[in-house]
Amino acid sequence: MSDKLKHVSQSRLINETSFKERLIETVTKWEFILIVLFAGVVIFFSNASPYFLNYFNLMNTTFNFMEKAIMALPMIFVIMCGDIDISVASILALSSFAMGHASAAGAGTPEIILIGLCVGMVCGIFNGLLITGLKIPAIAVTLGSQSLFRGISQAILGDQAYTQYPESFAYFGQGYVGDTLIPFELVLFLILAAVMGFILHKTSYGRKLYAVGNSATAARFSGVPVARIRFTNMVLNGLFAGIAAVLLTSRIGSTRPNIANGWDMEAITLVVLGGVSISGGKGNIFGVIIAIFLLGYLKFGMGLLNISARSMIIITGFLLIAAVLIPEMLGRFKAKRKLMKQQA
Amino acid sequence: MKKSIEKILQNRELNLVGLIIILLILVTIRSPRFLELRNVERIVNDTAILIMVAAGQFLVILTGGIDLSVGSTIAFSGMAASMLNEAYPAMPVYLILLIGVLVGTALGAFNGSCVAFGKIPPIITTLGTMSIFRGFTFVLSKGQWVTAHEMTSAYTMIPRGRLFGIPNLTTWAIFIFIIMYYFVKYTRHGREIYAIGGNKTAAHFVGVSEKKVNFMVFTISGALCGLAGVMWTARYAAAVNETATGFELQTVAACVLGGVSIAGGSGTITGVLLGALFLGIINNALPVVNLSPFYQMAIQGFIVLAAIVANVLMEQRNEKKLLNRRRQ
Repeated sequence: MSDKLKHVSQSRLINETSFKERLIETVTKWEFILIVLFAGVVIFFSNASPYFLNYFNLMNTTFNFMEKAIMALPMIFVIMCGDIDISVASILALSSFAMGHASAAGAGTPEIILIGLCVGMVCGIFNGLLITGLKIPAIAVTLGSQSLFRGISQAILGDQAYTQYPESFAYFGQGYVGDTLIPFELVLFLILAAVMGFILHKTSYGRKLYAVGNSATAARFSGVPVARIRFTNMVLNGLFAGIAAVLLTSRIGSTRPNIANGWDMEAITLVVLGGVSISGGKGNIFGVIIAIFLLGYLKFGMGLLNISARSMIIITGFLLIAAVLIPEMLGRFKAKRKLMKQQA
Repeated sequence: MKKSIEKILQNRELNLVGLIIILLILVTIRSPRFLELRNVERIVNDTAILIMVAAGQFLVILTGGIDLSVGSTIAFSGMAASMLNEAYPAMPVYLILLIGVLVGTALGAFNGSCVAFGKIPPIITTLGTMSIFRGFTFVLSKGQWVTAHEMTSAYTMIPRGRLFGIPNLTTWAIFIFIIMYYFVKYTRHGREIYAIGGNKTAAHFVGVSEKKVNFMVFTISGALCGLAGVMWTARYAAAVNETATGFELQTVAACVLGGVSIAGGSGTITGVLLGALFLGIINNALPVVNLSPFYQMAIQGFIVLAAIVANVLMEQRNEKKLLNRRRQ
């Protein structure tokens, strides 16, 4: 038994030191494939259009996808644990509605933001309580709350819209940092991504997320408070939807009930495209960040070439399927190689 | 007496029937004409497409999966059928109907292959194909609509014609319901779906092929979407690119309301039928009781959540009862 173990560990040692093996290991990583795709997008579009590689354009186009990107960050945690949240866009709508209501009642910028964040968090708590308290699958709960949250803002707003916001409120979605051309939204996203990445990869909470995703039962028996972690994830998701609501409302300066319609699917797409496994326990923050910029700049480039957004969704769909299919096939290929080596 | 009440409370379908009756009484008090035969016929007819598609969704959910692409499949096959009708007005409409169903079947088979052979989780597959099929609808139509005067009257009469006084659309829904009832209850393949959803490992050991079942349920769901696509475009006499956007959630809601477990393995087609009718009644009742249609979404969401919570509480209560009985 111990001899066998020794043999296995030795052969692994040899495998890991071999340069060829390490190269294969690297190029078959999903993040590597994403980086290659990203480089391909940049090279293709900078040849196809003279307006693509322009500092001003590259910065400004991030306005178009930063809110979704921020919603995708806590979604990593949710999906990592094997849950899903298809109500984030509706939380955004309800939060934006609450801000519009507060603004119409004469609230100042700080109060408006506070209300937006609080509404997001309360929605997250509502979801979390139903999922962990009553043990209902996340998809069933958020399917209902998706209609409920957006429905509330639609019931009260009807076909009206809030368009009156204080002038200082506009900074969050439209402003730049200092005198530079760097959008505030981009900086905020990078800060939040750093924080979430730190939590995911460097704290015990992050390790617990992986544990819950791999096997909730095993994690529970090792003393991980599974229910509390899944609850916290949903609250974080609500809070970040609130942040996205502040940015989006500030950027477009109005609130309609159909604001951000369908964005929950887009946030989930970003996370899955980034290599986070929907069955839980796999993925990292770098993949998701690359996926965010890959899709964002792909959309921007296709816009420059006058390709309609309709064709864009076909590519997104295929990428999503490829994001799961390719690692799966590579995994089978690697397993086969290993088996052949062991037999040889 | 107490025992029989207990039994009724435990029966999901009877609960829903009770709820529907209460709902009908409440609406009829506000507006006595709601229960007139003509209105009832309209409600059932309005719900017919939902019933068809929810029946397919039901099979997918039974295996523990979900089909988010139904709306896009409806749009694509409806668009394909309508454009065919526009281009070749002389073509027999039932041939067009058949082609529409085949187009839907092909799209469903694509979903099924991804899930069964590509091992991609259903939610990812159908999230992807939801975009892909919708995108191809735009590519196919070049962004154009097919409007009423471009369709032949024979085409628009497919769902509107009447047989023994019943609208064809309703007849189709009843037909599908009966077939589905027989299929899941009395055929081997139908039982296999329950087996896979209940316990994959156990099903594998008794020789049920998970691949085959997964492929089958998505293909059936696609075929029913194809049928629904033709019905939808013919009934509203318009094929637009946004047809049935968000319809997937309605079908899932009908299943969940009907007591189908989202984790797979349990639920009945009768429950799905009642769940769909319940949603249909609410949608039709809102204008009757003078509530703005803007309330529809919130009420629907609230009811879906309430139904799920009630279902879970009831289950937990039953489990406790069983446990107590075992202890005694």
